Amino acid sequence: MKFGVLQFPGSCDEVDALQAARRVGDAELIWHGDRDLGGADAIIVPGGFSYGDYLRAGAIARFSPAMESVIEFAADGGLVLGICNGFQVLCEARLLPGALLGNANLRFTFRQVEVEVLYGGGPFTRACALGERLSIPAKHAWGRYHADPDTLAAMDAGGQLVLRYAEGENFNGSVHDIAGVCNEAGNVFGLMPHPEHAVDELIGGSDDGLKIFESMRMSVEAARA
Amino acid sequence: MPDTVSLPTLEDAIALGLTADEYALVCEKQGGPPNQVELAMYSLLWSEHCAYKHSKKLLRTLPTEGTHVVMGPGENAGAVDVGGGIVCAFKVESHNHPSAVEPFQGAATGVGGILRDIFAIGARPIAVLDSLRFGEVGGERAARPRYLLDGAVAGIAHYGNSIGVPTVGGEVYFEGPYEQNCLVNAMALGLAPRERLVRSAAAGAGNLVVLFGASTGRDGIGGASVLASAELGGEQEGGADKRPTVQVGDPFEEKKLLECSLELLERGLILSLQDLGAAGLTSSAAEMASKGDVGIDIDVAEVPLREAGMEPFEVMVSESQERMLCVVEPAKLVSVLELCEKWEVGGAAIGTVTDSGRMRVLRGEELLGDMPVRALVDECPLYDLRPRKPVESIYASAPASLAPDAPAGETLLALLASPNISSRRPLFERYDAIVQSRTVRRPEQADAAVLALEDGSALAVSIDGNGRRVAADPYRGTIATVLECAANLACVGAEPLGTTNNLNFGNPEKPHIAWQLCEAVRGLGEACRALEAPIVGGNVSLYNEGTTGPIYPTPVIGMVGRLPDAARAGRVGFVRAGDELALLGPFRPSLGASELAKLRGEALPDGLAEIDLDRVREAHAAVRAAVRAGTLASAHDIAEGGLAVALAECCLAGRIGAEVNLAADFWAAVEPAAPPGFVPSAGARAGALFGEGVGGFLVSARAAALRELGERTAIVRLGSVGGERLVISWDGAGAGGEAEITLPLEELAGAHEALAELFS
Repeated sequence: MKFGVLQFPGSCDEVDALQAARRVGDAELIWHGDRDLGGADAIIVPGGFSYGDYLRAGAIARFSPAMESVIEFAADGGLVLGICNGFQVLCEARLLPGALLGNANLRFTFRQVEVEVLYGGGPFTRACALGERLSIPAKHAWGRYHADPDTLAAMDAGGQLVLRYAEGENFNGSVHDIAGVCNEAGNVFGLMPHPEHAVDELIGGSDDGLKIFESMRMSVEAARA
Repeated sequence: MPDTVSLPTLEDAIALGLTADEYALVCEKQGGPPNQVELAMYSLLWSEHCAYKHSKKLLRTLPTEGTHVVMGPGENAGAVDVGGGIVCAFKVESHNHPSAVEPFQGAATGVGGILRDIFAIGARPIAVLDSLRFGEVGGERAARPRYLLDGAVAGIAHYGNSIGVPTVGGEVYFEGPYEQNCLVNAMALGLAPRERLVRSAAAGAGNLVVLFGASTGRDGIGGASVLASAELGGEQEGGADKRPTVQVGDPFEEKKLLECSLELLERGLILSLQDLGAAGLTSSAAEMASKGDVGIDIDVAEVPLREAGMEPFEVMVSESQERMLCVVEPAKLVSVLELCEKWEVGGAAIGTVTDSGRMRVLRGEELLGDMPVRALVDECPLYDLRPRKPVESIYASAPASLAPDAPAGETLLALLASPNISSRRPLFERYDAIVQSRTVRRPEQADAAVLALEDGSALAVSIDGNGRRVAADPYRGTIATVLECAANLACVGAEPLGTTNNLNFGNPEKPHIAWQLCEAVRGLGEACRALEAPIVGGNVSLYNEGTTGPIYPTPVIGMVGRLPDAARAGRVGFVRAGDELALLGPFRPSLGASELAKLRGEALPDGLAEIDLDRVREAHAAVRAAVRAGTLASAHDIAEGGLAVALAECCLAGRIGAEVNLAADFWAAVEPAAPPGFVPSAGARAGALFGEGVGGFLVSARAAALRELGERTAIVRLGSVGGERLVISWDGAGAGGEAEITLPLEELAGAHEALAELFS
């Protein structure tokens, strides 16, 4: 099982994601200019400020050569996880529905948040129980999830609303307290909180985020079997 | 040759910040009057900011050597050995005047500058801390301090978050003397394999000087001389006319520059490296030449420019951000430029190393300036200070906001709600504290930030300053600041490895400021010697005065330590009901210069109580050993607001109450001079509860563990953890056993969140 972690100029959490993925499998960085995904079984688009995010978060990264390959990879059913800036990139690339707007409190906010698993058993939440609460840090300025009502209704019906902020935890003002969503096919998943920063009790007091990476490993291995 | 027709005059030199005598000396060194390029370069390198001309003699008295020191003052940053072949580079620097003029960019570029200092010696930055001072954020004069606070915090967040370096700690205080002249000090730490450290000395005649990173523009012209080395003028606006001297930062550019610099070093492509900060190309090139005892020729025509028509002197003094200078062997130039291309940063060979010992500025074939490197960098005159203690305090007391006879409960709530004590969470939440996956203790979880190292050990880091106490007694106040920093490290189980400092003072040409500076440096040296925590680098920021007078003298101390086991790092919050509490250390609380004295509107005392460095050091060692052994559930040093505030902070951090019963052994410890059977007055009780001083720790542990600790170290039992209230009573000591303070946690929390409304 091999993860590929994209690295853009301005990525900040790519090494954190790499180290987190290595707790459950192999993982390598993929330079934004490379089209070759190096035989990765799953792709992580990491957090940070790709290309400085001076235009609109994720708007430039989405056009990089590596992302073109990721779009093909996703179309073939490959697992793609977008974390924070990666979630923004996946929305910009239309791999995920909706968009991320500026936080309701209008500023970058770092906080440990509790999220609830609304859809257990999917490729990214296989290791979680339905309704399970995960303690994961969030840190962003543009994390307010938005989609139009029809899209949201369809997503809800299709089991695409994967994670929701627990009561009182939605500091960014996301519609329906949405913290993470997947595409219709279920193989592309984006979330604003950082599971790669909750993989070791020593660093931050929670290893709940490991379940996301563990789920991905289980899904890849199940597909192979 | 230089244009002799329109040579600048003495008046031009004075406008650039040189004195008449200094100008005469420049003429002597040059063998005639300097031209415009040369004068611009001398005026910057001979400024206070670059030449340390009023502080260098004092700084030479500081201890700079020790068993852990790998790189001492003089390089871009200092470095200490942390074991396993790894060194930790760290330094604190100020960006006070730029932040007072334009707080967002001033603070942002302050962070950018200190990060470049760290990777300029080959270390990857792993953490940022900041130390901030503003005027009062409550009351009638709050508008400017709040504007500066908001801008500075936003600027630090913008730069630090975007570049992927966690902001793991810091401190902020609000006092009248900082109203016009705020302080923004930023500290950074980095890690490097010992053999990868690089120095800035240029070497090898014929080697190329390569400028890489951002292009050069007109921003920040004259920042070091006009802005950093003179008092701020102007009324409320704080010098809006100086705004063009402030640089504009681009963290994305710096992120690429950081990765590019580290990869250049990793691949062995460059011989030496230097960042461009104050005075831009002028100071970096001249200092590289001076350290390597060589000459450098710079061709301004080769410098990639941001805008057309820049004058050669503008190219040489521009403070455009996100630029580095390196020395490269000619054969490796192609590889260096290829790597710049990979990281999408500009790169250009703009000069050569020579053996002439001269700094020459050319435009193609045309010689525009020619100066001896020695004269430029090392021969600026140094001045002796003329210190004189002022007859009376030069600082007005703050208006009273609390009656001197207020009940203890009301006093505690007022202290918790004071902007100087209330929770810093609204600020810390603006910063990413966890990127890079090292942060074992986040802000407010412990007295010091704790960062895991690969071998299971950890670094601890703290930054501290207390201008009010230093104003009351520059010598002892500075010792207390250093001890506070070391106490914070002790509370997480760390032993100091080295110290960095930023000396923020007023105009040193005034005798009373000179006295503050001399006394503070004397205290700094003494404390660092006693703790074996030598100074490995730092910065001096003088002329911090507005139209209303000087700032409080504010030495800001940053200290880095190490603890063997990251998993045993101490915490500030109480943990379990049933744990017992104790006071440890030679704590002699006094209300003089305390936060409570400020709330009561009292004047600063003339001097602080004597400090027994040896006994305080022993207390640090005892706490450190107990944390390392896993004996303690929590450890917190007693600081602003005294014992009562420390108790409330431990309750709030652990979300659990405590019952405290202060008995005769407590009085014997904190007031050893009191006669037996002494019945303290209400005033004496307030002094014991809210008084401040060095050497006191509040610890909690299981009863058996505390009993064992008590057999090795003198401790005073205070009570136990549990419940949802903080209760403090006196056992037969004046209050008839009745509780003096009974406050539910929600009420304490409500007061402690006072700062949040500034950010709502």
